[in-house]
Amino acid sequence: MMDYSALDVPGPTITKLSQPFWDAVSEGQLLIQFCTSCSKGVFYPRPICPLCWADALEWHTASGKGKLTSFTKIWKPGHPGWLTVAPYLVGLVQLHEGPTMLSHILQEGQIPNVGDPVIFKPTRIGKLTLPFFATVPTGEI
Amino acid sequence: MRHLRPRAAIVGIGELKPQRRTDGVTTMELLMQVSAEAIADAGLSLGEIDGLLVAPQVGETPQHVPATVAEYFGMQPSMCNMVDLGGASGPGMIWRAAAAIAAGQCETVLCVIGNHRNTPAPKSPNRNPAREFDTPFGASGANTSYALLMQAHMAAYGCAPEDYAAIAAGSRGNAQHNEMAIFYGQPASVEEVLASPMIASPLHLFEIVMPVAGADAVIVTTAARASTLRHPPVFLNGAGEKVTHRAVSQAPSLTSGPLKHAIARALEQSGMGIREIDFLSLYDCYTIMVATTIEDAGLCAPGQFGTWLRDNGGMSSDARQPINTHGGQLGFGQPDLAGGMTHVVEAVRQIRGTATDRQIQNRKSALITSNGATMSEAVALILGADQ
Repeated sequence: MMDYSALDVPGPTITKLSQPFWDAVSEGQLLIQFCTSCSKGVFYPRPICPLCWADALEWHTASGKGKLTSFTKIWKPGHPGWLTVAPYLVGLVQLHEGPTMLSHILQEGQIPNVGDPVIFKPTRIGKLTLPFFATVPTGEI
Repeated sequence: MRHLRPRAAIVGIGELKPQRRTDGVTTMELLMQVSAEAIADAGLSLGEIDGLLVAPQVGETPQHVPATVAEYFGMQPSMCNMVDLGGASGPGMIWRAAAAIAAGQCETVLCVIGNHRNTPAPKSPNRNPAREFDTPFGASGANTSYALLMQAHMAAYGCAPEDYAAIAAGSRGNAQHNEMAIFYGQPASVEEVLASPMIASPLHLFEIVMPVAGADAVIVTTAARASTLRHPPVFLNGAGEKVTHRAVSQAPSLTSGPLKHAIARALEQSGMGIREIDFLSLYDCYTIMVATTIEDAGLCAPGQFGTWLRDNGGMSSDARQPINTHGGQLGFGQPDLAGGMTHVVEAVRQIRGTATDRQIQNRKSALITSNGATMSEAVALILGADQ
């Protein structure tokens, strides 16, 4: 397993609206917005539901389960701070609750396939905890 | 010049109460709230808005402002732009909205402008959702986004790496007929493309544009005035635009893009079918962009671009429908935002008949496609020798 704790890379630009998401991640929880009007999960955080424009968003704890809809192994990072851990995986995770988020993918075993299950894995990066995901062998999710 | 006047009306308004400080609140939140007011005032729903005009954002989003706002709003407008006229930006949006409606690009336009006032002023001018939710994961830069799009396309249709590499090789081949091209004198075979270093799998170095300095310019006038000038006119016979998202994670599809809509509208305006177009100049920041565009244009079924390209006889000026004869951005070089304009300039040369040893035979019409951000901002044009 790569050591991420010493990385010096750009962290998230947290806003008042997104603070609950990042606070939850630092406590090991994945929190996303849920619209009580159209019953859809929403990511990233908004003031109003971007699907139905109702003012009816609440924070809900997500299952942390998702599906890898794509991924890439990055050999030449766009930011030099990531060079020490390259090559690494970045992927698109469609959460069980519906919306998709981009994340860093921790590879457990072989290189994944598109469609593989992944699971929320909060990971320490420097002083921050970020919502990474990890691949899991099929059948365990 | 005929005396025309705009034919459009204002049907909804919104306004937030001024505040000295909006600490912690983003410009994006303010824009969404005031837009909700205006849409409600008009008695419309968001789905009935198909145009979006925004202004520059101070201290929040330096680039791709219209797409960033559209994505945040959950909108997919067919006309989307930023009006950068300082204090005149707001009124400047109004006639542009009317012009876009008159041009048949959209029916109802949301014009929205605003800014937060936070203390202290943020250190970085880049504080938008893509910066907050993509960059921290080691996903800076366009290579990551297009690698994700390519992996998804490969997984969906099982296309071979050679199919995509053939686009890079074809572009390099075309560049050998353009002394201006950055890769003039440097052809590359499919094997050489696949042997170039992996940058972000499955994208190899030669499948990615080379950043260069450069510039392009184009003069547009009325059809009447054009006929009095020194060159045979090249007419704009159709246009289409579509914006679907900003960050790749928010893309409604990973295997088809907004050019599908933009090309369809441009063709419809021109009254032509895709197979009648003599010349294709397709935006090619990455090989995957050309692959998806060939499919979105309706030239072949999804996943069939490789076979279609072989049947087309490749991309050269002798091909059935020649593609990117100047070398495309992959062969010519990517002069930053001017990369898209190189396709317009080449299409004008081809239609004028001044493309020297890469001149195509049938040169009545051209499709130009262009693309921004993460296969999310799209414009298509149909140019023609005849109106």
